[in-house]
Amino acid sequence: MSKHPTNGANSAPSQRPLRVSNAPAEADGVDTSPRVSEEVKHSTCYMCACRCGIDVHLVGGEVRYIQGNRDHPVNKGVLCAKGSAGIMQHLSPARLRKPLLRVGERGAGEFREIEWEEALQIATDRLSRIRSTDPKKLAFFTGRDQSQSLTGWWAQQFGTPNFAAHGGFCSVNMAAAGLYTVGGSFWEFGEPDWDNAKYFVLFGVAEDHDSNPIKIGLKKLKERGAKVLAVNPCRTGYNAIADEWVGIRPGTDGLFVLALVHELIRAGRVDLEYLVRYTNAHCLVIDNLGGADHGLFARDADGKILAWDKKKGAAVDALGAELEPALAGAVTVGGKRCVPVFQLIAERYSSPEYAPEAVAERCGVPAETIRRIAAELAHVAFEEAIELPIAWTDWAGRRHETMKGRPVAMHAMRGISAHSNGFHTCRSIHLLQVLLGTVEVPGGFRFKAPYPKPCPPGLKPAGKDGGKPNTPLSGAPLGFVEGPEDLLVDENGGPIRIDKAYSWQAPVAAHGLMHMVIANAWRGDPYPIDTLFMYMANMAWNSSMNTTGTIAMLTDRDEKGDYKIPFIIYSDAYYSETVAYADLVLPDTTYLERHDCISLLDRPISHADGPADAIRHPVVQPDRDVRPFQTVLLDLGARLGLPGMVNEDGGAKYADYADYIVNHERTPGIGPLAGWRGEDGDTFGRGASNPDQLKRYIDNGGFWQHELPEDARYYKMANRSYLDFAVHMGFLPKADQIVFQLYSEPLQRFRLAAEGHGDILPPQEERPRLIAAFDPLPIWYRPFEQAAVDGEAFPLSALTQRPMHMYHSWGSQNAWLRQITSQNRLFVHRKTAAGLGLVDDDWVWIESHHGRVKGQIRLVDGVNPDTVWTWNAIGKRRGAWMLKDGAGESEKGFLLNHAISEFLPGDDTHSNSDPVTGQAAWFDLRVRIKKCDPAALPRTEPRYPLLETPPGIPPAPKKLSFGAQFRRWRETAK
Amino acid sequence: MTQLPTSTEKSLGLVIDLDTCVGCQACVTSCKEWNTGGHMAPLTDYNPYEGGADGVWFNRVHTYEQEAANGCGHDRTVHFPRSCLHCDEPACVTVCPTGASYKRSSDGIVLVDEDKCIGCKLCSWACPYGAREMDMDVGVMKKCTLCIDRIYNENLPERDRVPACVAACPAGARHYGDLADPDSPVSRLVAERGGVDLMPEMGYRPVNKYLPPRDRERTGPAVTAPALESADPQGGFLGWLDGVLSR
Amino acid sequence: MHPAFSVIFFTTATGAGYGLLALTGIFFAFGAVPEDRLFGFFALAIALALVTGGLFSSVFHLGRPERAPRAFSQWKTSWLSREAVAATATYVPAAILGIGWVILGSDNAIVGGAGILAAIGALVTLVTTGMIYASLKPIPQWSSPYTVPGYILYALMTGATLLNALVLLAGADHSPVAFLAPLLVFAGWIFKNAAWRHNDQLAMPTSAASATGLKGTVRSVEWPHTEENYLMKEMGYRVARKHAEKLRLFVHAAAFAVPLALTLLSAVTGGTFAVAAACLAALVQVPGILTERWLFFAEAKHTVSLYYGR
Ligand SMILES: Nc1nc2c(c(=O)[nH]1)N[C@H]1C(S)=C(S)[C@@H](COP(=O)(O)OP(=O)(O)OC[C@H]3O[C@@H](n4cnc5c(=O)[nH]c(N)nc54)[C@H](O)[C@@H]3O)O[C@H]1N2
Ligand SMILES: Nc1nc2c(c(=O)[nH]1)N[C@H]1C(S)=C(S)[C@@H](COP(=O)(O)OP(=O)(O)OC[C@H]3O[C@@H](n4cnc5c(=O)[nH]c(N)nc54)[C@H](O)[C@@H]3O)O[C@H]1N2
Ligand code: SF4
Ligand code: SF4
Ligand code: SF4
Ligand code: SF4
Ligand code: SF4
Ligand SMILES: [Mo]
Repeated sequence: MSKHPTNGANSAPSQRPLRVSNAPAEADGVDTSPRVSEEVKHSTCYMCACRCGIDVHLVGGEVRYIQGNRDHPVNKGVLCAKGSAGIMQHLSPARLRKPLLRVGERGAGEFREIEWEEALQIATDRLSRIRSTDPKKLAFFTGRDQSQSLTGWWAQQFGTPNFAAHGGFCSVNMAAAGLYTVGGSFWEFGEPDWDNAKYFVLFGVAEDHDSNPIKIGLKKLKERGAKVLAVNPCRTGYNAIADEWVGIRPGTDGLFVLALVHELIRAGRVDLEYLVRYTNAHCLVIDNLGGADHGLFARDADGKILAWDKKKGAAVDALGAELEPALAGAVTVGGKRCVPVFQLIAERYSSPEYAPEAVAERCGVPAETIRRIAAELAHVAFEEAIELPIAWTDWAGRRHETMKGRPVAMHAMRGISAHSNGFHTCRSIHLLQVLLGTVEVPGGFRFKAPYPKPCPPGLKPAGKDGGKPNTPLSGAPLGFVEGPEDLLVDENGGPIRIDKAYSWQAPVAAHGLMHMVIANAWRGDPYPIDTLFMYMANMAWNSSMNTTGTIAMLTDRDEKGDYKIPFIIYSDAYYSETVAYADLVLPDTTYLERHDCISLLDRPISHADGPADAIRHPVVQPDRDVRPFQTVLLDLGARLGLPGMVNEDGGAKYADYADYIVNHERTPGIGPLAGWRGEDGDTFGRGASNPDQLKRYIDNGGFWQHELPEDARYYKMANRSYLDFAVHMGFLPKADQIVFQLYSEPLQRFRLAAEGHGDILPPQEERPRLIAAFDPLPIWYRPFEQAAVDGEAFPLSALTQRPMHMYHSWGSQNAWLRQITSQNRLFVHRKTAAGLGLVDDDWVWIESHHGRVKGQIRLVDGVNPDTVWTWNAIGKRRGAWMLKDGAGESEKGFLLNHAISEFLPGDDTHSNSDPVTGQAAWFDLRVRIKKCDPAALPRTEPRYPLLETPPGIPPAPKKLSFGAQFRRWRETAK
Repeated sequence: MTQLPTSTEKSLGLVIDLDTCVGCQACVTSCKEWNTGGHMAPLTDYNPYEGGADGVWFNRVHTYEQEAANGCGHDRTVHFPRSCLHCDEPACVTVCPTGASYKRSSDGIVLVDEDKCIGCKLCSWACPYGAREMDMDVGVMKKCTLCIDRIYNENLPERDRVPACVAACPAGARHYGDLADPDSPVSRLVAERGGVDLMPEMGYRPVNKYLPPRDRERTGPAVTAPALESADPQGGFLGWLDGVLSR
Repeated sequence: MHPAFSVIFFTTATGAGYGLLALTGIFFAFGAVPEDRLFGFFALAIALALVTGGLFSSVFHLGRPERAPRAFSQWKTSWLSREAVAATATYVPAAILGIGWVILGSDNAIVGGAGILAAIGALVTLVTTGMIYASLKPIPQWSSPYTVPGYILYALMTGATLLNALVLLAGADHSPVAFLAPLLVFAGWIFKNAAWRHNDQLAMPTSAASATGLKGTVRSVEWPHTEENYLMKEMGYRVARKHAEKLRLFVHAAAFAVPLALTLLSAVTGGTFAVAAACLAALVQVPGILTERWLFFAEAKHTVSLYYGR
């Protein structure tokens, strides 16, 4: 029995057990106290990346029931629809059972089962040849990976720069814009102060990674009567329960936000004190139009950035502690005219170009609404400011008696990021937050450890030399560039990486461009590869743009008859569409069968009140010949002799992933898990490996959590107590203040290069685009596809949203989840449909400049009239996931990706991505819809041949009576 | 016995807050998961991996669009969970020819005794709310048990003795308790938020209550912010900046 | 409502059977039918075969037919239980009537009384059957005042048409049944028209707004599940308007117009022609009344369909 009988998220008095929870006398023979399980194991859910704590109830080694762990920092006992359907994920008939070697044509699904030894030998032979000749010929891309610190390190030791996970097609715009602006980001690296915010603005979110915490948080806001404002073209889910819904036109949030900024600046309603203390608003920018230093910060001889001290009347170290800086006016420093950043901000955004009436039409939001929202934001931030009675000390050692808060919180995700202007839009939102003084303050937006980091974090991408035979890279393949000298380009300015990340086409590509790997490898642009090694990414279906084309590229052959992408190794746990395109399939375990580590080195599960990490451990044993991918990867590394993975004697350094989790050290004393370090497990963060570490985690419910002392919970970017702690934990190299970069000098450096300054110059044809996109202050431009296609021919924006109960493509193999949704509709505004002569349930062609797909419509009111949308990744390929032919997913469900091009309209040299970060611009899609011939079959197109079932996978059952066995167990046990 | 108790000691039921329900379906699958191995196990699924997929569920979530009548609030999208309401006048019970359907006199929970049920479907016809689900495979009627095998279960830690759907709901939109006791936390919540009965005119007197979405104009949060005035242009451009700031 | 064949067959067959039993019992008591034992055998055998066949088919409609006997237990509240009890009880006077008339060839007061009791039993059973449907508030077409009288009337009508054929087959001309049959068919027809007119303008007893507790207009946007589930298959059954109209025409013709004409013909003509017309009337009425019953289900709307926006 627990020490806290009422803890957890749902513990309001009206959500607790009855005061007396004894069964009443009722002579109906109902067993009110049946046995539930024989054993409960605590682990971590992996039906999505939220990574909630789960209590797995077991009977005879079978999973009876999975419930949320009430003590867990992420979900506090609640569990979403997917998590509660975990049993069916674990028991999916589509689970792979043994390594497979392709025997038929690629894509036919014809395989031979092989032993692990043979599979590993094939992989080792191939990879060791690549490594000893030209390691970049291995492209290692790991989609929904939760072990990127392992996979990235493996790629580094292998020596290929061609590594990335899914971030590039996911939300690198959010990550990069945040990290370059405030040193953290919305994504999973921060959260609203749910307990103190009075006004919450949610931009472009359907579900997000923090799925349970957001829902728990929304409930808290509602309970306290805080206002929730949702900016989203679609009124579903979170947006449906918002107090105000702004049904914005896709791709125009930047304009909307900058109009809010315009209003605040016009009225002088910004938090100047906050700006001066925590941002570079006072830093001096050189105004030397045409010069090589134009737009860079004015610096002293030591390279210190300067500001103008009004009292001293002199330029001083801008980051010093005691100065009275000017925020406006021009000064001359070192013979150059300089202006403070804030002057540039004020000048730009006070311009009528950003006035509400100037943007209203394009955003589809009335000017008076914009003005009212600006007034509300200012009112809550300044008139309803809060103060927590907690004394704290800032980075300069100054004590503050209270923590002041401006209770306006914001959160944004892919509705912002998945546009080609998303980087700047996200920066605009951060600008708005910072002007209001709401970042890392009570009631505002808060960072989760290990964030904030310096903006940008100091880590540079390695692999400039393209990788040398049998040599590890000098560092991790992914990092943060600060200027042209950090790019991965050759002497002609051409890309080094297969995905062209860190090239002039995507300089700030902090997460790579996974969506371009197949197209580039197929074209041999910049070079052909030998082997494509993928993990957990359904690239032959829902994570590709131009799915039809991608499938053709995967099966295309050269003149000699060889596949253009010669060899594909893939690790999946299930029979996904992509498995059919692999030459060698390495079957993974399910999330209940393996060790995993949710690490602070990776995508942690920290709370703003303190760091946390967690593990998964086998709660059931696999009944198939499958192995955890991370263990296989370490095994491959050892066979290849990769440094760090072998001992001096050449033997494998780690027995398996569990061994690695406990014993690997990234830097001395710092390993994958932060909890219970030191030989006796009595320290955390830093310390020797602890052989009992996993046991300590398991005993603690699968996670470790550290609560920051009260005085370290806010103002982390400038909070002595927090900064010291962060250094101790290895989050930060130094306890220096983290200064928010409203003005981004790295961006200006790229722009200067595009203007012809410096030694490393972009190719001529790239320059105009770079000059336009690399503005050091946030800007707005029309999303590329919207600007490029004829607005009359393609009058509608087409979006996807994540269903809360489905995770991408995996959900459809789940017997329970697919009953909820096995067909997706195209949602069309009632008026728009009427204008097109369409009625509910009509079948339509959804046509873009690139392709078309057929689907069925559903009329609604809650959508921007110029927007149509559908649920993401419900449409499935016939035969995949062990769904029988005729299943709704392949008969009526459709995949919008067929209509999305991986290149810009009429320009197959530039990917359909944000020009700054390379983020895939899924939501730039423009379409028209046309009624199908009523005589045509009511089913989706394009239609693919049926995939064969791989050997060894038994057919899916016609009926499920799951649970009957537990009843028998219970009744016979009595 | 299909005769209804003249009164019940308690009226246990659910209260569902339509103002916070985001339609995530967590209550749906957590209910399925608990109950498929619970008191009425299993909750059979037919054609689980093909077309025509169907199965027994005790709780289902709809999505509606509400076009508010003149002057009462905004148009909305509303997510709406639907399960047995454990009515006080449940015709589902009185029509049952076998006594399989009954209402407990202690706590008011409406249950089906599977061993008596002949699967005549009549109770499902009699329920206006669609809260009964026939398990074709077993040939008997099943329904929400209000998690009778959880709420009193001595094999569960005390804090877990609530319905599975209430424990799981990430938005905290589900509440549970004794609605016969006007002082119980749920009754107070219902009173505070103006909880309503579904289809009151049918006369079934449901125990479960629904909290309607907050009417935004009147009871929702309104920020009464004065319009923003332009900052004093006297000091010239950015004149309002002149205050002394220190770092 | 889903028109399950077993239930349609059950109500039509027991209807005709009880109608025949009731009329035979009464007419026997008042000596208005041939006292011929063979006639008695056929009339009662057909009536009881229809009743028994119908009851059997209703058992196979059950999910657990082997537990059917449990259905007798709840006569205090459940019309289905009451129907089971009444149906079973009716076998007693029917059996006495059969034994007395067919086996013993007697028409004494006991046998005559049994005839009346069998008729009462049959009528009571018909009332209970009708009440099963009439008591279901969520289905306005069923809980209408037309349901119980309808069940009785159509039962007597089909019973009379059958009896008329049997009487004529037995060679007895100028039986009062010859006039009763067309009269009941005509009454049934009028009643059916009235019932349809009533049902067609019936509104749901409640609305989507009341079903959800929301104010204003409430439109279903997404179902909780993509494909049809038990509720939708059972309670959400919909018949296309056009299709229903065609079927109603057929009911007009086969259940009423044609049998009316034929029974009238059989009443005013004689000989083989009358026999043939009466038999044909009984035969034609079978698909007609089955269709009527199909529509009784298919056109009935359950409040649960409000949740599904149907
Ligand atoms: N149109 C459109 N397309 C989109 C998006 C969109 O919004 N609209 N979103 C994009 C985004 S943000 C993302 S992140 C991608 C996601 O797309 P993907 O990265 O392709 O994600 P999933 O569909 O989840 O597929 C991951 C694969 O991992 C496999 N898998 C599941 N569990 C395991 C396991 O335990 N081990 C192993 N080895 N494999 C496993 C699954 O079977 C599946 O084949 O989709 C992108 N595609
Ligand atoms: N249940 C579930 N949870 C998931 C996932 C899943 O597949 N299922 N996937 C995970 C992954 S990989 C990711 S990346 C996250 C993504 O989580 P979300 O960011 O919630 O991603 P989407 O579902 O793509 O939702 C994008 C939202 O942006 C809106 N939108 C589109 N364009 C615009 C615009 O121009 N402006 C504004 N304001 N809004 C716009 C869309 O209407 C939609 O509501 O979710 C994660 N969580
Ligand atoms: S949000 Fe749901 S699926 Fe994701 S980890 Fe949590 S419980 Fe699992
Ligand atoms: S909701 Fe339906 S099943 Fe539940 S008690 Fe009321 S009438 Fe019966
Ligand atoms: S289906 Fe079962 S519970 Fe329902 S009325 Fe018939 S016998 Fe009673
Ligand atoms: S109370 Fe229990 S049975 Fe009823 S809906 Fe909730 S989880 Fe399902
Ligand atoms: S779990 Fe809660 S929020 Fe989700 S659908 Fe159910 S009631 Fe609504
Ligand atoms: Mo993503």
